[in-house]
Amino acid sequence: MTDRFTYLDAASAEPLHPAAREVLLAAAEQGYADPRRLHRPARSAGLLLANAREVVAEALGVRRDEVLFTSSGTAAVHAGLLGLGSRGIGHSAVEHQAVIDAARWSQRSPVTELAVDGEARVEGAAVREAVRAGDVDVVAVQQANHEVGTLQPLDEVASAAGPASLFVDAGAAMGRLPLPSVGDAIAGSARKWGGPGGVGVLVVRRAARWRWPFPGDEWSRTDQGFTNIPGALAAAAALQAVVAERDEVNARQHELVALVRERVRTEIPDVDVAGPAEDRLPHLVTFSALYVDGEALVTALDRIGAGVASGSACTSDTREPSRVLAAMGALTHGNVRLSLTRDTTREDVERVLDALPGIVKDLRAEAGL
Amino acid sequence: MSAPIVTLDCRGQACPRPIIELGRHLGDVEVGEVIAVAADDVAAHHDVPAWARMRGQEFVGEVEAEDGVPVYRIRRLS
Repeated sequence: MTDRFTYLDAASAEPLHPAAREVLLAAAEQGYADPRRLHRPARSAGLLLANAREVVAEALGVRRDEVLFTSSGTAAVHAGLLGLGSRGIGHSAVEHQAVIDAARWSQRSPVTELAVDGEARVEGAAVREAVRAGDVDVVAVQQANHEVGTLQPLDEVASAAGPASLFVDAGAAMGRLPLPSVGDAIAGSARKWGGPGGVGVLVVRRAARWRWPFPGDEWSRTDQGFTNIPGALAAAAALQAVVAERDEVNARQHELVALVRERVRTEIPDVDVAGPAEDRLPHLVTFSALYVDGEALVTALDRIGAGVASGSACTSDTREPSRVLAAMGALTHGNVRLSLTRDTTREDVERVLDALPGIVKDLRAEAGL
Repeated sequence: MSAPIVTLDCRGQACPRPIIELGRHLGDVEVGEVIAVAADDVAAHHDVPAWARMRGQEFVGEVEAEDGVPVYRIRRLS
């Protein structure tokens, strides 16, 4: 048993960035009022919100009036996707659950799944095929996959989508990578970049044919409900910091993930490392160990002080295996995803890598292999 | 499609049990022969072909048993 805990689940939620912490506290004291009112605290809150919007816009390289804050990344996805098009939806087979849920809920027809290759990459031909008949008028493809890290060929997707609108879920990538140059609406989630939970960002490009898809007045069209102003400001501060340090952090993380890929492949027999070695998110890696129960693997890692996620059926609420792993033909059981935080060290990673072969071997022995 | 020499009954077993059984019993058939596993676990649909790819065996296909449970067939290549 160790006192140290190595948190390797940044792709679910990155710990609050130090740049966000002070801002969150200060803004919580000053940004409580309803910015629509005409008194001084309201003006103060309004200024903080305008500031948050400006910082996010600058960090993403877009205009201020293209930035909306939502109550979560999921809410940004829902509003972004459902605000585009009116007929059918084509989405990649490896989209986040929030996209799948929104497409199903929309009752639009048809809802078409776009095939991916063995590295979870969307094929332009699948997009072209989906929009060819003209009844799919919005295409949803993520910037990068949240489970295996694959970067999607968005330029190719946009060109294949033709006149259809393009929705991009940038949840896994926003802040870490430059905003895609294509996409009519692009959604992100602050807790994935070290902002607080419960803050989403939706970028709606000015030329987009997008409208607010939910009930509400003029105000709720620019911000869903009453914006979490301290949260938005802290999210903005974290985003600004992450963008400023990403060259250094990404290079370090890319190298550590390469180390994980290499050592897992060579030191653990019968392991399937999913996703491409290059053209991927810098901070996450996923692999599956044959004959191993995913839940047992996550629990064993927790016991040695390492926190990871899993896409295996036994670890999910629905008892269904990861749709991403299934779509790319990867092994779905015995799966773990390691995702590095901005201050994960080589020592942290090596400690887990040193323990993994023994853990897998023991679990296989327990299973009678 | 060749008839399986051995069919493992993994009904009611959760992942990764059907794949573990497959791994343990592959040696029950000769090289070139077919082994099958009946499994209602949803992960088996993805994991039997993935297992075959990783272990260098041939995934032959999926048929349905009389009770509707999928039966996956694998030809032993090595």
